[in-house]
Amino acid sequence: MTTVARDPVAAADPAPAPPTRPAAGPSRHRYRAAAGFALGAALLFAVAPLLLSDFRLSLLAKYLCVAMVAVGIGLAWGRGGMLTLGQGVFFGLGGYAMAMHLKLADAGPGNMPDFMTLYGQLDELPLWWRPFASPWFALPATVLLPMAVAFVLGSLVFRRRVRGAYFAILSQALAAAMVILLIGQQGTTGGTNGLTDIRGFFGYDLNDPVNQRMVYFIIAGTLLALLALTRHLMQSRYGELLVAVRDSEERVRFLGYDPATVKVVAYVVAAGMAGLAGALFVPAVGIISPALIGIVPSIEFVIGVAVGGRATLLGPVLGAVAVAWARTALSERFPGTWTYLQGLLFVVVVAFLPGGLASLIGLVRRRDRERPDGEPGPGRWQRLRRRREVTS
Amino acid sequence: MTLNRGRRILAGAMTLVAAAALAACGSKTTDGNTAAGVTADVSGDTVKVGLLNSLSGTMAISEVTVRDAIMLAIEEINAAGGVLDKKIEPVGEDGASDWPTFAEKAEKLIREDRVAAVFGCWTSASRKAVKPVFEKNKALLFYPVQYEGLEQSPYIFYTGATTNQQIVPGLDYLKAQGATSLYLVGSDYVFPRTANKIIKAYAEANGMTVLGEDYAPLGSTEFGTITNKVKSAGADAVFNTLNGDSNVAFFKEYKSAGLTAAAMPVVSVSIAEEEVKSIGTQYLEGQLTAWNYYQTTPGAANEKFVAAYKAKYGADKPTSDPMEAAYVSVYLWKAMVEKAGTFDVEKVRGASDGITFEAPEGLVTVDGATQHIAKTARVGKVGADGLITEVWNSGQPITPDPYLKSYPWAGGLS
Repeated sequence: MTTVARDPVAAADPAPAPPTRPAAGPSRHRYRAAAGFALGAALLFAVAPLLLSDFRLSLLAKYLCVAMVAVGIGLAWGRGGMLTLGQGVFFGLGGYAMAMHLKLADAGPGNMPDFMTLYGQLDELPLWWRPFASPWFALPATVLLPMAVAFVLGSLVFRRRVRGAYFAILSQALAAAMVILLIGQQGTTGGTNGLTDIRGFFGYDLNDPVNQRMVYFIIAGTLLALLALTRHLMQSRYGELLVAVRDSEERVRFLGYDPATVKVVAYVVAAGMAGLAGALFVPAVGIISPALIGIVPSIEFVIGVAVGGRATLLGPVLGAVAVAWARTALSERFPGTWTYLQGLLFVVVVAFLPGGLASLIGLVRRRDRERPDGEPGPGRWQRLRRRREVTS
Repeated sequence: MTLNRGRRILAGAMTLVAAAALAACGSKTTDGNTAAGVTADVSGDTVKVGLLNSLSGTMAISEVTVRDAIMLAIEEINAAGGVLDKKIEPVGEDGASDWPTFAEKAEKLIREDRVAAVFGCWTSASRKAVKPVFEKNKALLFYPVQYEGLEQSPYIFYTGATTNQQIVPGLDYLKAQGATSLYLVGSDYVFPRTANKIIKAYAEANGMTVLGEDYAPLGSTEFGTITNKVKSAGADAVFNTLNGDSNVAFFKEYKSAGLTAAAMPVVSVSIAEEEVKSIGTQYLEGQLTAWNYYQTTPGAANEKFVAAYKAKYGADKPTSDPMEAAYVSVYLWKAMVEKAGTFDVEKVRGASDGITFEAPEGLVTVDGATQHIAKTARVGKVGADGLITEVWNSGQPITPDPYLKSYPWAGGLS
C-alpha cells in the first residue's frame, strides 16, 4: 500500500527527526484516518441499523457504551501506563447522575421515585437528589462529576508517585467502596436493585423502538466523537509526553516536565469518557445498579481493552465490542458452558496475541511509524527535549 | 501548519457525524410508531417458553435446581399431551447472576424467540431488572421465589410466598413460643433490608424488642463480630435473612460461639433442603426455617413430585420450596392457558383468577387481583438427616397480601 519508501529504521533513527512532526508521511496518515472514520460512521449509522433487528441494535448500543469506557482505558493504561481497575466508579457516577434525572423526570415534578417510598419510607426528596431534577445540572454532571473525582484522586495519588500495582489496587478499592456505599443507602440509591424501570428520555418514550434507535444513534455518534478526540490527543505533543511518562517517568521529570500533571490529565479524560458512557448506558439499557460498577465489571472493562490491544486507538473499541458480543453469542448458544468458552477465548488471545486483536492489523501494516503499543523510538525523547527547550 | 489541517479534517468529520446523528433521530422520531407487545409464536405444533435462571455465578447453585424443577414439569405436561395440543419447547438462557444480563436475556426470549411465557429469576434485583422488560413487551413472567412483597406487576405471577405468607407467620410462631426479643441478621440487599423493616414494625406492635440489626455484604464469610454481638445481646431468637454462602460461615461461627438452637433458635427464610446440605447438617440441626413447602410435606401430590424428581435427577437430590413453587408455576400457567383457550397474554391474565392446583404443598389458588397465590405457611425444624420437618402450619392457605394492607401495624410500610 505504501509507495513512498519509509524505512522503519530511519523512522526510529534519532538524527533525521524534524522539529515539529515525526517524519512518516503526515498527510497520508490523516487522510487514512479520515477514511477509516468515514468507514466506521458508515458501519455504525447505515449498515448496522439496516442489518440488525431492534433487539440486536439495542445490544450493540450497550456494547458501544462499553467501548467508550475502553477508549478511555486505552488512553490511561495503554498510553499512560495507569492500570485502572476502577473505571466502574466513573461509569457509575455518570450512570447514576443520568438515571437520577430520568427517574425524577419519570416521577414528574413534586413526586418522588417509586423505590424511595417503598424501601426508604422517605417523606421528601433527599437534598442531594434535588439538583438532578434539572437537566442543566444533571447532564453536565454525568461527565464533570467523574472528572472531578478523578482529578482529586489523581492529583493526590500521582503527586505522591503512587503507581503500578499500588495504583491498580487503589482504583479497585474505590470501586468496592462505591458499591458498598450504594448498597448501604438503599432508601436513597435503590440498594442492590439500583435505579431501574426508566421509561422516558427527555420526553421520548424509551419503550418505543424508534426512540431506542435514536438512543443508539446518539451513542454511536458519541463514540466516534470520542475516538476523534482521543486520536487527536494521542497524536499531539501531549500524547507523546504521556507515552514517555509511561516508559520512563524519571526521565520525563529530568527533562523538566511534571509527570503527575500529565498522568492526571489522561486519568481525568478517561474518567469523563467512562462517565459519558454510563450516562448513555442508562437510556439504552434502562437500568444502572451496583452490579454494573463494582470490581468485576471494572475488570471486565480492562479485559476488553487487553483483548483488543491497549495502546492503539481502535484496539480497545474492537476488543470491548468483541468481548461483549462473544459473551452474548456464547451464552445464547451454550447457556450451560459459555463461561468456560469465554475463559478459553481470553487465554488464547493473551497467549498467542499478546498485543491484542489490534496487533493482527499491526502485522499487516508493519511499516507504520509506530509499533502498535506506541513504543517511542529514541527520536521521541529528542523531540521532547527539544520542545521543552523551546517552550521553557 | 499541517497540524491545523489535521484538526480541520477531524473537526469536519465530527460535524458530519453529529449532523448525521441528528438527522437520523429527527426523521425517525416523527414516525409516531408505538411500542407494541410482541405476540408469542404459536404457529407450529409447539409453543416456546423461556427459562431464565442463573447457570453461572454465585446464584447458580440455587437457580439450577429451580430450572431442573421447571424442566420436570414441562416433561410431565408434554408426556400428558402438552398445552392446547401443543408440546412445550423450553428455551434456556443464562442470567449469569448479573441483573442487567437478566434484562437482556428476557428481552431476547420475548422478542427473538417469541416465547409464550418465561419462568425464572431468583433474586429481587433480577426481578426488578426484568420487570420493565416484561411490562414494556406485555409478556408474562412466572417468578417462583419467596420475596419481600411491596410489588404487583400486571405481567408477573408470583408463585412464591410474599411476606404475609412466610415472614409474618414465622414471627407469629416465635411470638406463640414466647419470644419477646429478636436479633436480625441479613445479607445487605433489598430483601433482607425490607424484610427487617417489616419485622421491626411487627415487633413494635406485638411487644417484642429488636436488640440488634446487622447486615453482611452478599457473599461475605466474616461473621465473628456479628455472632459476638448476637451472643452478648442475648435475644430470645435470631431472625436470619442471610443468603447463599454467607450462611455457611454464619452457622459455623454461631456454633463455635457456643450458641445452640435450644438456647437461641435461628429462624431462617432462605435456607431450604438444598442449602442445608451445603451448609452441613451438624451446624443446622434443630434450627428453624419458615417456608410453604418441605420435602417431607405429607400428601399424594408431594410423594409423586419427590419420586419423579429423584427418578430424573438422582436419589440424593432434595426438593425445596422454590423448586416446588417453580414446578407449580408451569402447571398454573397451563391451567390459565387452557381456561383462556389461547396463549394470548391478556386473556391468560384474565383467566387467572381462581385457578386452583393440587400442588405438592397442598391446594394453591391464584388471586387474580394481586397475581400472587394463596399458600399455606409452615415452620419446620432441621433434622439430623438434613431434611426439614414441619412443627407448625397455618392450617389453611393464606390469602396473599403483598402490601400488607390488612395488617394495621404495617400502615407506614407501603
